[in-house]
Amino acid sequence: MKLLFRGGVVAGALFAALAAQADEEANLVINGDIEITVRTDAPEHVAQLGTIYSGWVFRSDETQSLQMDDFENPGMIFVDDAIDAWNTVDGTAGNSCAACHGEPESLAGVRAVYPKWNDEAEEVRTIAMQVNGCRTERMGAEAWKYDGKEMINMEALIASVSRGMPVDVAIDGPAQSMWELGREIYYTRFGQLDLSCANCHEDNYGNNIRSDHLSQGQINGFPTYRLKNAQLNGVQSRFRGCIRDTRGETYGVGVEELIALELYVASRGNGLSVEGPSVRN
Amino acid sequence: MKRIITASAFTVAATLAFAEDVAPDNVVFSEYGEVEASLSGQAGDPAAGLQIMVSRGKGNCIACHQVTALQEYPFHGDVGPILDGVGGYRTAEELRGILANPKMTFEGTIMPAFYRTSGFNRPGNAFTGKAAEGELAPLLTAQEIEDVVAYLQTLQD
Ligand code: HEC
Ligand code: HEC
Repeated sequence: MKLLFRGGVVAGALFAALAAQADEEANLVINGDIEITVRTDAPEHVAQLGTIYSGWVFRSDETQSLQMDDFENPGMIFVDDAIDAWNTVDGTAGNSCAACHGEPESLAGVRAVYPKWNDEAEEVRTIAMQVNGCRTERMGAEAWKYDGKEMINMEALIASVSRGMPVDVAIDGPAQSMWELGREIYYTRFGQLDLSCANCHEDNYGNNIRSDHLSQGQINGFPTYRLKNAQLNGVQSRFRGCIRDTRGETYGVGVEELIALELYVASRGNGLSVEGPSVRN
Repeated sequence: MKRIITASAFTVAATLAFAEDVAPDNVVFSEYGEVEASLSGQAGDPAAGLQIMVSRGKGNCIACHQVTALQEYPFHGDVGPILDGVGGYRTAEELRGILANPKMTFEGTIMPAFYRTSGFNRPGNAFTGKAAEGELAPLLTAQEIEDVVAYLQTLQD
């Protein structure tokens, strides 16, 4: 909290030209109904943070308000597209998602616990991997591109039915070694600017880098609709963008390193609510 | 004819200046991170240094630092300390060292090294996200470092 105030009050007083500061005390209720936990005690494994915050807290008042009503949230348009895909038969088995799962609401709670260890496949799976598992194994359909439009839309639908539920990703048991790999990557410096995720999102959240107001880089809001590129964005594409911004060589989506990083970063948000599709700038 | 001579005279001067640059891997830091002599062998130009401080494609120093004298340039960050008066309490040698590689002065700092080309993890080809090809160029040239040092020295309380 100290950091937040230092950024807001001191800088604001000195430089009127600074980016508009959001109301960092605001609470998020969607459609006047779904209460979202945007700040709460940090889980034990990131006790150094004290409090964890959703990225929503750090956005401007205007951006914040777009997420309070599904009719104003541009991300919800893609949820509608995904509902159509959900009901559409595809592949050799003559199945749709609905054929096995019924209503999308039957997947409430899923977003909150992913990435998650899959016993049969003996691997940690992201939601994208699980969706493609269903498509290829149960539907006889082609896998979707890992961060393609169909996949990100479906992820938005799956997130939307879990909104308000606390993120609760398992970090022990068979997932532990991937979680440890993710933690190592989070603290590794990348690129010619020699920056780690932690340099920006742990040491400097609440501060400004030029016009960017740094958040904790939480992923409870993914997929995010970004005003900057006017589309839904997947978690791993965001990670890639941040590594690129260190003048570093990124990883491809769906590789082990980014799956591990997704698991680790998700776990840093254990206790925040699922809020995707969220709105960011 | 006169023009041609002038142009080639310039080329020679530029080559000489470049040849006199201390290569990034050869910069000598004191125990406290200072760098004694000019990296380019030339004096710095404070006006050029100012432009480097504020441009996103160059030093972009105000991304992290506030400088009251640069208030007309928008969006100063607050990740690093305010640099007002820094020319009064830091020597040119200290400033040059901090710019070339601030980790020699501040262990573990977030501030990037502006005159360093080796020792990076997964260096990229600028901001493309692709792997770097061939040798890296430093973020700023030797002369640009000197220009920024000269500008910082004008910041007196
Ligand atoms: C040079 C600073 C910097 C580094 C290093 C960095 N980021 Fe970011 N990141 C940003 C900025 C700026 C934003 C946009 C503002 C915000 O949400 O914090 C951002 C946004 C994000 C977001 C979106 C948050 C939201 O609420 O939508 C995530 C997730 C994220 N970063 C994760 C990471 C991870 C993981 C790493 C390391 C691989 C990383 N970042 C490295 C600067 C950085
Ligand atoms: C990504 C952030 C970042 C950028 C970009 C950056 N700095 Fe820094 N700088 C810092 C931080 C943080 C410190 C404080 C050292 C520490 O404790 O880590 C610092 C310290 C300094 C100091 C020492 C100040 C003092 O009080 O002793 C100077 C001088 C300085 N920076 C100049 C620059 C200049 C000039 C540039 C651009 C060419 C620049 N910085 C770019 C983050 C940054």
